[in-house]
Amino acid sequence: MNELIFFINYVVISGSVSGSIYAMGAVGVTLIFSIMRFAHFAHGDMMTFGAFMVLLLTTLFPQAGAAIGIPTPILLMPLAMALTAGLAVGIDRTFYKPLRAHGVKPIVMVIASLGVTLMLQGLIRLFAGTGGSSLYVDDRKEIFRLPVPIESVRVPVVITEPQLYLFGLTIISVIGLHLFLSRSRLGKAMRAMSDNPDLAQASGINTNTIVAVTWMLAGGLAAIAGTLLSLDVTFKPDLSFFLLLPIFAAAIVGGVGHPFGAIAGGFVVGFAEALAVFNWGLLLRPFRDSLPEWLELPSNLAFVGTEYKIVVPFFILVAILVWRPTGIFKGKVIT
Amino acid sequence: MPLLDARDVHGGYGGMNILNGVNMAIEASEVGVIVGPNGAGKSTMLKAIFGLLTVNQGEILLNGDPIHNLPPNKLVRRGMGFVPQEHNVFPSMTVQENLEMGAYLKPDNVKRMLERVYEFFPPLQEKRHQPAGELSGGQRQMVAMGRALMPEPDLLLLDEPTAGLSPLYMNEIFERVKEVNAAGVGILMVEQNAKQALAIADKGFVLAAGQNRFTDTGAALLADPDVAKSFLGG
Repeated sequence: MNELIFFINYVVISGSVSGSIYAMGAVGVTLIFSIMRFAHFAHGDMMTFGAFMVLLLTTLFPQAGAAIGIPTPILLMPLAMALTAGLAVGIDRTFYKPLRAHGVKPIVMVIASLGVTLMLQGLIRLFAGTGGSSLYVDDRKEIFRLPVPIESVRVPVVITEPQLYLFGLTIISVIGLHLFLSRSRLGKAMRAMSDNPDLAQASGINTNTIVAVTWMLAGGLAAIAGTLLSLDVTFKPDLSFFLLLPIFAAAIVGGVGHPFGAIAGGFVVGFAEALAVFNWGLLLRPFRDSLPEWLELPSNLAFVGTEYKIVVPFFILVAILVWRPTGIFKGKVIT
Repeated sequence: MPLLDARDVHGGYGGMNILNGVNMAIEASEVGVIVGPNGAGKSTMLKAIFGLLTVNQGEILLNGDPIHNLPPNKLVRRGMGFVPQEHNVFPSMTVQENLEMGAYLKPDNVKRMLERVYEFFPPLQEKRHQPAGELSGGQRQMVAMGRALMPEPDLLLLDEPTAGLSPLYMNEIFERVKEVNAAGVGILMVEQNAKQALAIADKGFVLAAGQNRFTDTGAALLADPDVAKSFLGG
């Protein structure tokens, strides 16, 4: 039974954590692609920017959360989301909009977004330094060790406070996004523009408004993902940049242009990573005595070492591009 | 005062003129049909009226107000609806959502006009929760027309509404066009199926090389041996 708890801790919880973060990043990437038709590479750094805003605000008001009893970074996150949404709209106005007005090819936009990536990372390094820093300035990260009420089980299920917030906020975001896209006039207009931009315009939908709303949504979600990731580990200026590959893999697996596909894709990639680095030897341990003598159980039976985790999304990405380029939900093909 | 009055319209894409002086006038009670050979500028004229390309010379009046070179969304507000020939629905959205998008600028219209559109096109009511992309060509055309009717336009522009449809559906679409017109919406449409279209036309415009070749009532054009010989295949 202890082994099963290991599995829950290292695969179920850990997979859900990365899955949630990838999902929220991938939703932003896929929304931007469906409206503006380009792969936004600066997305990871928008996540970092959101986390950096939380760090900044938490450093300024370290006591703010204690008054209400929730961690300060979580309390200040809505503010950081607004700032990141503002940044996203600002970046679009300054860099992407003039390019769109020229009618450039998508690849030019992609390269421009790479430029934005470097700029954002440089800026964040300039102010935050290159090292890591904890978003818990005054608070303490709560770690819950939940004992399992079974006699023989000694290992507790371990879950941290930011992970619980992450799961909660992911569920709220998904439901909120669903309601927005399926019920609100603006959300439907957004889907209309993704479906058929010319007809959307001919119906009187203001495409500039839709573009701005898309950036705000993507920016806000990026800020949530970046902050909760930094809460779970520590804040580093290049933390989210390295998530770019799994996030794009998630968006493509889900079928680009499908927000809910992106969420599914996020969890597929997250769990695939967790399953690949899990030490399957742990699960075989109870049968150690019944194994034949010549078969000695190696201490580590993972598919890939943790340090090579990045090959998993890379493999998924290549596989899906070769065998099913439109993803699970028949999305668009990124060009 | 005619509903639509286009006078000596010159226009095209970039610097190239495709229209070289087209005149067209229809009343609110009329169905106008534009026919002519390929490359005559039929669809181009429709797009010029809907502000999708530049009018370099001449003027277009809607209810007496000049509207040329206004962007499409302004024209929708002023009472014009446009159904493009292709890509005229939002394929992943349901029929009802497609119609709602038509009334995007007039959200108060949605409830009332949904009922009216379903009256015009009963098959759409059954399929209202189905994605428009899954419908047959004829039903998709109904969605497209319904979408354009949602903001209660005075004038509806249809670009080859029967292209690619079976004769059965073609007649059905022409029937609907007449009904919509009877409800007080002026219609201007471009058609390849010239004979059938002129049969329901109050006014017919035969274009060639970006100019009016013949302009008369639909019946008169059908009866004119010159028109029949050169443009209706004998």
